[in-house]
Amino acid sequence: MSLPTFKILAAVFALAVAVPTIAQEQRAPDGAAAPDANAVSEQTLLQQESRIEGRIDIPDTRARVLIQPAGRRWDYFHEITLHRVGAIVILGMIVLLGLAFLILGRTRISAGRSGKKITRFTAFERFSHWLTAASFVLLGLTGLNITFGKIVLLPLMGESAFSDLAQFAKYVHNFVSFAFIVGLILIVALWIKDNIPRQVDIDWIKQGGGFVKGKHAPAGRFNAGEKVVFWCALAAGAAVSVSGLLLLFPFYGTNIAAMQVAQVVHALIAVLFVALILAHIYIGTLGMEGAFEAMGTGEVDVNWAKEHHDLWYEKKAQESLGPASATSIK
Amino acid sequence: MARMKFLCDADRCIDCNACVTACKNENEVPWGINRRRVITINDGKPGERSVSMACMHCTDAPCAAVCPVSCIFSTDDGVVLHSKDLCIGCGYCFYACPFGAPQYPKIGNFGSRGKMDKCTYCAGGGGTEVSGSIEEYKKYGANRLAQGKLPLCAEMCSTKSLLAGDGEIIAEIYKERVLKRGYGSGAWGWMTAYKEGIAS
Repeated sequence: MSLPTFKILAAVFALAVAVPTIAQEQRAPDGAAAPDANAVSEQTLLQQESRIEGRIDIPDTRARVLIQPAGRRWDYFHEITLHRVGAIVILGMIVLLGLAFLILGRTRISAGRSGKKITRFTAFERFSHWLTAASFVLLGLTGLNITFGKIVLLPLMGESAFSDLAQFAKYVHNFVSFAFIVGLILIVALWIKDNIPRQVDIDWIKQGGGFVKGKHAPAGRFNAGEKVVFWCALAAGAAVSVSGLLLLFPFYGTNIAAMQVAQVVHALIAVLFVALILAHIYIGTLGMEGAFEAMGTGEVDVNWAKEHHDLWYEKKAQESLGPASATSIK
Repeated sequence: MARMKFLCDADRCIDCNACVTACKNENEVPWGINRRRVITINDGKPGERSVSMACMHCTDAPCAAVCPVSCIFSTDDGVVLHSKDLCIGCGYCFYACPFGAPQYPKIGNFGSRGKMDKCTYCAGGGGTEVSGSIEEYKKYGANRLAQGKLPLCAEMCSTKSLLAGDGEIIAEIYKERVLKRGYGSGAWGWMTAYKEGIAS
């Protein structure tokens, strides 16, 4: 609702309130005091609280909320704000990544492949990553369907087929969420110690990280960029998990106001999360030569490791060959 | 063309819950669902008021706007109907509804909810069933409107507190009442539902 419309409505509202107030001063036709002298008015109640609640006789006490105009505000968020924010953030990220690919191109291994491999991620680490990744893709697509499906797919599929798809997508979203939560917990447990920010990360950012061609800033197992993705994924993952669980179990610890807030948090964080992961996918596949195999086979080329994660490589080399020969590897 | 609305004259409602019972009986509403309910504000205090509330069949209905499968719509009479064949039970209409009208047979059951149910203004359903058919009755309840009758809740209200019918006509009845008795606490929910009050 635009501001001028709101002002006009407010004026109409005020008039509607004013009339009964004047009537209150009057006497009933038989001369008695007006029986509604103490009567509660809807407008007064709505000025005091955002929702009007009362007592209800039926056993379903959740139904005791009489009027909650916030429903219309949530409608505005869902249909206007979320559509705009979601489209801008996600399409904007796709455009940015497209530009990055056209302008910066693929980051090659500058020394070429050495043919020698070094283990970067164990099988269990890869399992944890792909559990989270696969469930994230399913959750992202089914979640976007709830918000954008009726704009994009409904006209193409027809209402009946789209409804079946949306129903299926809802169940996928509800159940796969648990796989995502498990994956997220595993990822955090496995990698949190290597993601604690250190001095080397500040230097990495100062030197422009991996974005300046032909130059590689020193980095440990994870560079500052990866650490940002890690902490953002942890924060966003926790936010969507908690808000999602609240929505999955309506009225368990929530009321309608809390569910509206949970949905707003869930949706806004989720679109930002999708944009972040799009960038993560880009760098892990198209954006950088030799990066995907870290999560694919678990082994990376030694030259790639030296270029992108020199400090980690030295440590690994030291561990495998013993302290004496570490310097000679370098 | 009529614009169907509900109006509850809170100065007449006596919290007898006959409208709730009438609705349940007329529409064979599923167990646990109340399409209409009566709420008492300031219970036991001077000036307490009871209001009978169901779906208000809003102008620019927020439930219809947020539905991810667009299964909710307004008829030419301004009645908000939905198709249970298309509904996926996501609960969004419940978040958006200012009056708590949408109900779910399985609420709390791990978000599965089942097909949404709400007041149909005794106008049958918004699905593909033939108007007035037994299939429509089983899924959505009575279609009194097709028979030229108004919703039973309002029709059998003992104090004629609850009014149903064309918005202009019921607003006129309410204005006359306020004028004659000298008071009125306003048409509850009208600003939120229809974006207009009743200026008497």
